[in-house]
Amino acid sequence: MDQDDLVTFTIDGQEISVPKGTLIIRAAEQLGTIIPRFCDHPLLDPVGACRQCIVEVEGMPKPMMACTTTVMPDKAIKTHLTSEMARKGQEGTLELLLVNHPLDCPMCDKGGECPLQDQALKHGANTSRFVDQKRRFDKPVAVSPQILLDRERCVLCARCTRFSEQISGDPFIELFERGALEQVAIYEDEPYESYFSGNVIQICPVGALTSTSYRFKARPFDVVTTPSVCDHCSAGCSLTVQSRRGEIQRSLARTNMAVNEAWNCDKGRFGFTHLTDAQRITEPQLRGEDGALRPASWAEALLHITAAVHASRETGAGRVAVVAGARLADEDAYLVAKYTRTVLATDDLDHRTRFAPAVETEELSALIGRETASYADVEAAPVIVVAGLDPEEEVPILHLRLHKAWRQSKARIVVVGPHLGTLADLAWRRVPTAPGGEAAALLALIEGRNEVSDALRAEGAPAVLVGERAGAGSLTAGAALAAAVDGHVAYVPRRAGARGAIEAGLAAGLLPGGRRLADDEDRAAVEEVWHTELPTEPGRDLHAILADAAAGRIDVLHLIGVDLARDAASTELARAALAKVPTVICQDLAATGTVTAHADVVLPVTGRQERAGSSTNWEGRTQRFARAVDGPDLVQQDWEIVVQLAALLGHDLGVNDLEGIRAEMARLGRRSAPHAWPTVPAPTAPDPGQGRFVAVARPLLLDRGTMLAGATDLLATARPARVELNAHDAEEHGIADGDLVAVVAGTARLELVAEVRRDLVPGVVVLPANSTDEPAGALADRDGELVVTLERLADADDADAATRAPAGEVA
Amino acid sequence: MGATSAIIAMSERYGVEGVDDIEVYEQHGGYEGLRRALEMEPTEIIDAVKDAGVRGRGGAGFPTGLKWSFVAQGTGKPIYIVCNADEGEPGTFKDRPLMENDPHQLVEGMIVGGLAINSVQGYISLRGEFRHAGRLLSKAIAQAYEKGYLGADVMGSGKRFDLTLHRAAGAYICGEETALLDSLEGKRGQPRLRPPFPAAKGLYSCPTTVNNVESIAAVPFILRHCVDWWTQWGTEKSTGPKLVGVSGDVANPGNYEVPMGIPMRELIEIAGGMKEGHELKFFCPGGSSTPLLPAEAIDADYTYEAVIEAGSMLGTGAVMIYSDQRCVVDAVLGWTRFYEHESCGKCTPCREGGYWLAQVLQRIETGSGTLADLDLLQEVCDNIFGRSFCALGDALTSPIVAGLEHFREEFEAHVREGRCPLGVTPPRDDIPTLAVRARDHGNAQVPSFTAEPAGQA
Ligand SMILES: Cc1cc2nc3c(=O)[nH]c(=O)nc-3n(C[C@H](O)[C@H](O)[C@H](O)COP(=O)(O)O)c2cc1C
Ligand code: SF4
Ligand code: SF4
Ligand code: SF4
Ligand code: FES
Repeated sequence: MDQDDLVTFTIDGQEISVPKGTLIIRAAEQLGTIIPRFCDHPLLDPVGACRQCIVEVEGMPKPMMACTTTVMPDKAIKTHLTSEMARKGQEGTLELLLVNHPLDCPMCDKGGECPLQDQALKHGANTSRFVDQKRRFDKPVAVSPQILLDRERCVLCARCTRFSEQISGDPFIELFERGALEQVAIYEDEPYESYFSGNVIQICPVGALTSTSYRFKARPFDVVTTPSVCDHCSAGCSLTVQSRRGEIQRSLARTNMAVNEAWNCDKGRFGFTHLTDAQRITEPQLRGEDGALRPASWAEALLHITAAVHASRETGAGRVAVVAGARLADEDAYLVAKYTRTVLATDDLDHRTRFAPAVETEELSALIGRETASYADVEAAPVIVVAGLDPEEEVPILHLRLHKAWRQSKARIVVVGPHLGTLADLAWRRVPTAPGGEAAALLALIEGRNEVSDALRAEGAPAVLVGERAGAGSLTAGAALAAAVDGHVAYVPRRAGARGAIEAGLAAGLLPGGRRLADDEDRAAVEEVWHTELPTEPGRDLHAILADAAAGRIDVLHLIGVDLARDAASTELARAALAKVPTVICQDLAATGTVTAHADVVLPVTGRQERAGSSTNWEGRTQRFARAVDGPDLVQQDWEIVVQLAALLGHDLGVNDLEGIRAEMARLGRRSAPHAWPTVPAPTAPDPGQGRFVAVARPLLLDRGTMLAGATDLLATARPARVELNAHDAEEHGIADGDLVAVVAGTARLELVAEVRRDLVPGVVVLPANSTDEPAGALADRDGELVVTLERLADADDADAATRAPAGEVA
Repeated sequence: MGATSAIIAMSERYGVEGVDDIEVYEQHGGYEGLRRALEMEPTEIIDAVKDAGVRGRGGAGFPTGLKWSFVAQGTGKPIYIVCNADEGEPGTFKDRPLMENDPHQLVEGMIVGGLAINSVQGYISLRGEFRHAGRLLSKAIAQAYEKGYLGADVMGSGKRFDLTLHRAAGAYICGEETALLDSLEGKRGQPRLRPPFPAAKGLYSCPTTVNNVESIAAVPFILRHCVDWWTQWGTEKSTGPKLVGVSGDVANPGNYEVPMGIPMRELIEIAGGMKEGHELKFFCPGGSSTPLLPAEAIDADYTYEAVIEAGSMLGTGAVMIYSDQRCVVDAVLGWTRFYEHESCGKCTPCREGGYWLAQVLQRIETGSGTLADLDLLQEVCDNIFGRSFCALGDALTSPIVAGLEHFREEFEAHVREGRCPLGVTPPRDDIPTLAVRARDHGNAQVPSFTAEPAGQA
């Protein structure tokens, strides 16, 4: 920092130098002096509403507000610690704040962690001089299914409304009325719909905003607080899990400025009920002769598996495959990768539910070990290119960063692909492509003579974010674009364990640390640490595994945290495969459709909050989490199960605790130099044919995912399932916005309300991946291709009546 | 009006038949100021306003020329001139008569002001309730467009100036200049944090000046008649003619034009003297926000500096006269109620303080106050004054503090006698304060299915 940009002055006699423009309240914090405040929040624009933060500034006759006044050179600033004026001023404001504040402390959720209560205890008078009538409101009112508002407690600090406007960008909660009748309210015609609403509860400095799920549950002083990391998406938000008598009471955002700042999304905050939901698997099970699942002992269950593996080996090689979902902790992913290669001696392994293009293995191995974009890079980027990703639905905290960049530094957001999704409000330009055309479009931006290319080539480091839905070669193309414009690329998968799975080599052809099975040197490096010979031929990916399984060529299919019957790109193929495989092992948290219909062996596992581990987010940042509560008695961690299976199969995986796994992972490390990016394959232009559409299945944040089971109030805020289509297509098919439409492929159909949009390329429809009774994958053919036709069923009015769900249920 | 005014300057066309028509207006010297302005450099216009010593007539008395010179130039953003025609201060009625009697005067002033600060777009933010003024102004604007005095080529000068009339939704706070800008932008009117000041970031974050109707309307006169014409009235620091509204216990309450600097007693005389049988007890020199003064102060001169010396402010030219038959506590309660009701709610001292003070005053006025309440009033006011976000909070305290300062015995008498000693006010228990249940807005629409979790009585 330039000396000229520093301002030197004193606070309570202590000299301090801070950058020009710093607010007094922030400067005082650096000295450890906390000036009382209610409206001030370091991540929100200053508002100066509560007038609690009074300080005395030399030469200023009036009291000054520390949260809106910037530092001035050579001035003596005095806080309540040394200034009578400041102290009295603060007491005066506090007294005024309590004029209309009810005596709710004994029954208020905020009690024990309430700035107003703390202030009143510290500086307030013992009795009140206010003897008149307090303002009355009905209490509480629900501003959304998961947030209650007690207007009598509100100090009108505007933190909640500023959060909605400035941070989440969905200002559906506002201040209404004037004077003492001013109140937080929602609009009569627009609901408070936000994926980030829980944050307003957390930043409310009083108990005016409370959550339906935590209400009357506990006090901050009788909960046990554990640092955790969210396992709902790849954002990697830091969380605080609070439990009481071994039960989770609530989750809060834990400040981590590099990642989630002070925020999280509602899924991360409220989505922990699946651990105690009725669907939770609490004991090992085996499918009996009668076709029903029955409880079994661990020994029984594990021996059943080893027997099946042995039997399969008799039949021949290559008849055992492993598919892991992307919810695993890093350590588990690593050990599953090792177990599959060394014990099962196969490379038939995947962690995706998509049918990934062949080039992806090479791309993923090229990604690991490179300097890729981070949250900070996104925030600083003048231009952000987003392809195959809808951040608000998939990685919500990344969406907040995009919003921050957009709002604070006017970052230009460019969306490449068939639709804008929730970026519609933020996008500066759109580069429309057919599904799968993203890679070519990204490459074309390198040499392009257009505004977007010009902006990319201008000063500053752009960020290129490539998601899972971008077509084959997009990551490579994105990397080439980023390199050409001195920017940063990042791969942003949706699920929390995806990056960890990639790092661990949980895919056919991929070894830990960005190594490739087909590369002799890479294989040798892994063999040295694993002390085994690895298969030399890259194995089958999910698509091939399922296709072979359906054809009767797989005997044992070990599924770890994945509900293939619902989530696989082709439901039809997945169900055919599951029906055919003699031994389906489900190692999972919940009794998913796959478990109930197909599992022969069921192994119960611990959830994230019930164990320790590490998780790597989309940036490649690895963070550790601790155990907050105990799981059900009989559950085991995924890695523990794998260690035991290995032992029963006559192998020693060489590790028996997390530390051991971490040490081995560190020993193996990443490849010394990342692999080169592959060549981008030529795009395959989809041709659905006359009157047919290519469908894009995009997951919504709040959907039928198993980890949302039991979160009733959270699910009540889910966005409705819609089929989005282009305005011209809609007109051609006589479909109007709001009409009920059948989306048909062969015998499969989904009935959805149509949403007509202008930001969709013609010939494409967007479906919610997992928000309907049957998932979007039910419409896919056995290659996962989604080509559909549309039939109009009813017009908007009837559709409304037909699909209106009773309150509190997901449509 | 007119006949009894002390002078006829800015009100020269008041009462002229058909002057709301542009032709008649021009026959009476209208648009001459604009013609002069078009011959001048923008800075010359500002210099003339500075030389004339025009001080803002909206309340604060900030020099208008100086304010214009602060408007950021050359930022590449459009510059806006906004006329504050909200006139909400209790007792004030001088902008509305001006707009109703001579609407073109304001339109011409806006064009000249626009030229002075290189603005191409002006807005008149008019109190919505002023419907007649609104009709006349829109007609005046339309005529000025027809004549080519507004639009792409003002009087053939090649300069552009557009003018838009905005009928504001209205609230007293929307007269505060930054709240006015929010309201003009279609937002809920609440004062903005300063800095940035409007001169740097005002309407739509562009350089902006906000001026009172009378301040703006004065400028064409100065250009037409020259600076000396303006400064023939008043003192060095308070120049020119002033439009005032004299109200209360005078024989002829009304809107008058007076020269700055006359003794305030003359204001009463111009309004026909005190009402029969009434004697002056106290008065507010410039609207409810200016501390009330006891009768003795009436001999002070009507200038910014002398009224400050006397312990109040010139304010908005609203002279409110109270006789010996008025109860000061009742008057103070009335104003406090006004501020309680008009507080925008943004900051704690004004929002909660007004609510509290109104109840305490109500108790005193209706006879159930205590002596401790008098100290409480003072202390609560001390906790508001200088701590509120905008000047409304300060204004809230001024009648109370001044009332206690000059008429403490009368407050004490209310407490001692348990009633209003003057007996002029009926008990006010029936009048509801704000301590009632409020409307629910959208909050009421949300199904409350989760408001009471199962098993929670
Ligand atoms: C609560 C409040 C209400 C105000 N109302 C008005 C008003 O109705 N008209 C007005 O001209 N100025 C009003 N003002 C003053 C304006 O903020 C601003 O100072 C004025 O418009 C500037 O114009 P001037 O420089 O010509 O006086 C008000 C100020 C406050 C704090
Ligand atoms: S509800 Fe809470 S956060 Fe919102 S304004 Fe009231 S006190 Fe502040
Ligand atoms: S953004 Fe992702 S990681 Fe963060 S809280 Fe939400 S689901 Fe969890
Ligand atoms: S003082 Fe505060 S509450 Fe009162 S009007 Fe101004 S900003 Fe609003
Ligand atoms: S914290 Fe400074 S005014 Fe609220």
